Amino acid sequence: MPVQHIQLSAVDYTILIVYFAFVLGIGWALRRFVKSSEDFFLSGRSIPAWIAGLAFISANLGAQEVIGMGASGAKYGMMTSHFYWVGAIPAMVFVGIFMMPFYYGSRARSVPEYLKLRFDEKTRGFNAITFAVMTVFSSGISMYALAKLLELVLGWNFHTSVVLSAVIVLGYIFLGGLTSAIYNEVLQFFLIVLGFLPLVLLGLKDMGGWGGLTAKLETVATNAGYSAGAWSNSWHHLNAASANPMGVEWFGMVMGLGFVLSFGYWCTDFLVVQRAMAADSMTAARRTPLLAALPKMLFPALVILPGMIAIALHATRPGGFLPVGSDGTPNYNLAVPMMLAHYLPSGLLGLGLTALMASFMSGMAGNVTAFNTVWTYDIYQSYVRPGQSDAHYLRVGHVTTVCGILLSVAAAYAATRFNNILDMLQLVFAFVNAPLFATFLLGMFWRRTTGHGAFFGLLTGTAAAAIHHGLVLPQGAVPGLKGAFLGTVLHTYPSEMAQNFWTAIFAWSACFVATIAISLVTARQKSDDELKGLVYALTPRLTDREIVWYKRPATLAVLVLGLTLILNVIFW
Amino acid sequence: MKLDLRLPIGLMFGVFGVILTVYGFVSETAIYDRSLGINVNLWWGLVLLAFGIVMLTLSYRGRVAKPTKTHSTSTP
Repeated sequence: MPVQHIQLSAVDYTILIVYFAFVLGIGWALRRFVKSSEDFFLSGRSIPAWIAGLAFISANLGAQEVIGMGASGAKYGMMTSHFYWVGAIPAMVFVGIFMMPFYYGSRARSVPEYLKLRFDEKTRGFNAITFAVMTVFSSGISMYALAKLLELVLGWNFHTSVVLSAVIVLGYIFLGGLTSAIYNEVLQFFLIVLGFLPLVLLGLKDMGGWGGLTAKLETVATNAGYSAGAWSNSWHHLNAASANPMGVEWFGMVMGLGFVLSFGYWCTDFLVVQRAMAADSMTAARRTPLLAALPKMLFPALVILPGMIAIALHATRPGGFLPVGSDGTPNYNLAVPMMLAHYLPSGLLGLGLTALMASFMSGMAGNVTAFNTVWTYDIYQSYVRPGQSDAHYLRVGHVTTVCGILLSVAAAYAATRFNNILDMLQLVFAFVNAPLFATFLLGMFWRRTTGHGAFFGLLTGTAAAAIHHGLVLPQGAVPGLKGAFLGTVLHTYPSEMAQNFWTAIFAWSACFVATIAISLVTARQKSDDELKGLVYALTPRLTDREIVWYKRPATLAVLVLGLTLILNVIFW
Repeated sequence: MKLDLRLPIGLMFGVFGVILTVYGFVSETAIYDRSLGINVNLWWGLVLLAFGIVMLTLSYRGRVAKPTKTHSTSTP
């Protein structure tokens, strides 16, 4: 069903152009600070904690998150908040308190480089190559998603959107490197918050506040055949998979999302870790994810609530609100754009769309800067041309920025033609990523873990993920990409999400057990002395005595966890 | 810090604030039907303007407080 295009007026375009001018201007102003490759890739380790912290969440807050969380808010309701309060905050606290000392303290320039220092070359190579391919494809896919969306809701030309966004992101990273990406991410963070907040406030006012919204969501829940609170409670309906729209029970939620997937992403993904590595001191690096967690825990109000309001409107308005597909299900991905068009007059509409563009650019810049660093340090400098001058690697960094963006554009166009291949790639990446946290956990906390153990443990975990996925199927799906590609269906999960969570749990457990077993039968290649600063037991404890108590990472961690607990209880 | 980030943030939101506030004054009231009859451009423009001014003030005070320090050493 065609959607009526939103008409933008001159004031909306003015806001968009002012924003473009500022992001490029920041890149221009920072260009004279890029003198060495460390400046370009690591910001010369000079970023204060509050800037690194806001960039830490902003890099993760791509357009896919804004659109996707809004869509999930409409589809699953309040349970979507688990992606924040269970699936992000605890892992962010863990990476700040326990893992940053090793990442920052080892002076590794990237996550794969840490793996090289801790284990061996093959483990680093495996991680570097899969990560590089993955970041290029994910930035391409989000570019595709954004251009498609702009085509659908604004009638903008697909090619223009792709080229324009690519050129602007290229411009500011090329000029100012990681510093430029990080500074712009902070600017984009404020823009995303201040651009979406009026939408949330107007929506809530229209619904008659939270009370009015929950009353309307009861209609949504009972219409779908669930008990009345299914769209407005977060934990209440997790006893059985059949009692909630996600089709997940609490164990799969806590272990699959809260432990394996969440810790795997926040603790090992270089895209976010790079922001903390750029901090100006060890304390700043540790405080980065903790400071990031404070706004992060409030994000459900900004990105999930619009989706919940959209579905409430859809259920209570005659004729609905969201466009409905031929199979009768609403197009959830349009929840956020439809809300923007519904509540915001020209002027604020321009601000809202600029915020959407900003979220896309911050996500893409995050991917590109992470790709740059891993390619230049972990692939080019390690395998292609080692031992060159620093100026040489800085030049390579500039060239890689251009190549990374060109590859993303290519991936965006590939997505328009070969949707299946990209779906398959994403599936393969999920298999590779799921076990990764087991490797880091053992590597950091058990000195006996060997390079062979880590490498073959990772392969075992990846294989376990593929095999599990190949033998199970979500309800109502046909064998193939969705699962059961090995021919037999051993188990049917109530939903795709439940299947993903359990694939992750199996992959993690297989990697954990295999890494321990292989480590025990292989000899250690690294002595205790070489592992100093890389393994918990061999690293001197950090005492934060010289810092005022309320500025200590531990104090911040307790505060963050306490507030998250309170939020969980309020919306139980 | 290499460049006081509060400066561009303050400037950008200041500009947005002015644009929206002015537009709020000159625009027709009919366009506010969808925003529940509230002139959101005017009100939110003022919010953005205030945010921009706070950021600019912080940036200015940071510059006045340690003018020599930022020149002689690279650490803030």
